[in-house]
Amino acid sequence: MADTLVRLGKVKGSSDSMRSLAGGRLGRKVRRNLSAHGFLIGAVICFAFFSWYPIAREIIMSFQKTQLGVTTWAGWKNYTRIFNDPTFWQAWRNTLEFTVLALIVGYAVPFFVAILLNELRHARGYLRILVYLPVMLPPASALLLFAYFYDPAYGLFNHVLQAVHLPTSQWVQSPDTTIPTTAMISVVIAATWMNMGGATLIYLAALQNIPGELYEAAELDGAGVFSRIRHVTIPQTRLILSMLLALQVVATMQMFVEAFILTNGGSGTTVISVVNLIYQYAFALSGASNYNSASALGVVLMLVLAVFSGGYLWLSRDRD
Amino acid sequence: MAGLTAQAPVGPPSAGPRRSARRRGVRDTQTRTLISSAQLNRPRGRIAYRIVLTLVIVIFTLAFIGPMYFLFSDGLKSTQEAIQVPPTIIPAHVHPSTYGTAWSRFGIGRLLFNTLYYAFGALALQLIFDVAAAYAFSKLRPVLGNVVFFMMLATLMIPSTVLIVPQYLTVASLPLLHLNLIGSPAAIWLPSVANAFNIFLLKRFFDSIPDDLMAAAAIDGASPLRTLRKIVLPMSRPILGVVSIFAVVAVWKDFLWPLLVEGGYSPERETLNVGIWQAAQTNPQNFIIAASAIAAVPTVVFFLIFQRNIMSGLTAGSLKG
Repeated sequence: MADTLVRLGKVKGSSDSMRSLAGGRLGRKVRRNLSAHGFLIGAVICFAFFSWYPIAREIIMSFQKTQLGVTTWAGWKNYTRIFNDPTFWQAWRNTLEFTVLALIVGYAVPFFVAILLNELRHARGYLRILVYLPVMLPPASALLLFAYFYDPAYGLFNHVLQAVHLPTSQWVQSPDTTIPTTAMISVVIAATWMNMGGATLIYLAALQNIPGELYEAAELDGAGVFSRIRHVTIPQTRLILSMLLALQVVATMQMFVEAFILTNGGSGTTVISVVNLIYQYAFALSGASNYNSASALGVVLMLVLAVFSGGYLWLSRDRD
Repeated sequence: MAGLTAQAPVGPPSAGPRRSARRRGVRDTQTRTLISSAQLNRPRGRIAYRIVLTLVIVIFTLAFIGPMYFLFSDGLKSTQEAIQVPPTIIPAHVHPSTYGTAWSRFGIGRLLFNTLYYAFGALALQLIFDVAAAYAFSKLRPVLGNVVFFMMLATLMIPSTVLIVPQYLTVASLPLLHLNLIGSPAAIWLPSVANAFNIFLLKRFFDSIPDDLMAAAAIDGASPLRTLRKIVLPMSRPILGVVSIFAVVAVWKDFLWPLLVEGGYSPERETLNVGIWQAAQTNPQNFIIAASAIAAVPTVVFFLIFQRNIMSGLTAGSLKG
């Protein structure tokens, strides 16, 4: 390549200055590219090892089986095995139930809390700190505390229920199976308490960007408070609402630590989530740990999440 | 749940003064919101507002400070009192020694050190490699740079929880190099660099720095590295702050990954999160709560000191995207 350029230079002008100019420019270009790739190399290596390669490996492993250290192709066997596992369906039911409940509670509550806080003229700093404080706790701290509150015998929550003469509950250990189950509602309450601060602050910032004139105009047109929320607040924050909705669905579908700690390391299947089940397949079943079934389950979850976020991106591009 | 706090980027550097002016305007209570100040200032409005305000303050304090109160006070109870029926709201007998015993039994000093070590190591590596990569994508624009950037962004669609099994196996035996990283800090540090979101945030910020500045530096003979150090980084403090908070909080709050790669009942290398959970399996309730309270102190204190920076960092200019 360099030779051709130099030769071109010779044919055209065949002067020494031209040659050095062409060679210099090319050399500089090569050097610039090399140094630019040098800046990239660290991140690219980490992505290759810990992100791109695992994606490929998960798909490959889901079609393999390993027996006595020998790895062979297994076709769809891992998939048929997990589809025949009743816990698989239980885990998906739980995860979807958690996602829906967490959306109803954890998505709507922060929005209305933000609207409320935005209307107050006093104590706003204090209330914002309050709402965000649990987000800063290590999840294990918050969840061990909730596990204590939820204890059916000596827990605080049952004590409060007794004090106001309401029937007590088994909370996370409730055996009932009608959706929404008490056990899952307990998980959602703890998860919402821990996590709602982030969403609330984002909504608050979004609300503060709404031009006041819009409310004024709506009020002049005789719109009441609720129709102002309906026709000004929600449309004005639509973008951030839909973005957070997508982020939250993706985050809640990966629920792990809440169910894991509240049920003492994932015992039982009443609140087991898909990621809990991946963990059980791969690491928890003593002696019979099966990375291949876990990979197959991982691929299923990966597909569901990819279809969801792909669909979200496609829809939001379409609209704007 | 880190995704919940994830934000679109902070605005360009040139918007600095304008933004702070607007933020001041927002704090100003005169800004028109859903309900006008005039309406609130009428006698009936004023009474209704007072009632709502009091209710909100009481309910929020109960809901958010209430559990925190029990987090810190239940650790003062004796082992019997902690599981007594009915539970006491105020400890009948205060045992401050529970905290000391929990500290040594759970090995919290060691766990705390480990977590700090992992978190700041991950932060340092992310600041070096992710900043360098974002700078290359944004300003140096090498051949195939866009393809690589797109491949990194694509990983955002596939969260790492889904990949724990192959990731764990990869860390247990690194391909080509055949290294086992399980139990070493690198098992947390290196995967944390593969953070497409931080690279995306940094690149978008760098994109807003005018290319003329780069050209001027190049004419003066500055190398790309020098330009990065002397021009780009000093202009990027806000975004570096945001990325740093994300990096540290992500390691601090992570549970599943450190459980896999640093776990195994060894307080020598566990994180705070995993360590107190593991020790909780074999300890009485009052020690569990005392340990949870101690574990919560560092981040709570950090938050109370830097709350303004943290909260504005998380939301500043987030809504223009």
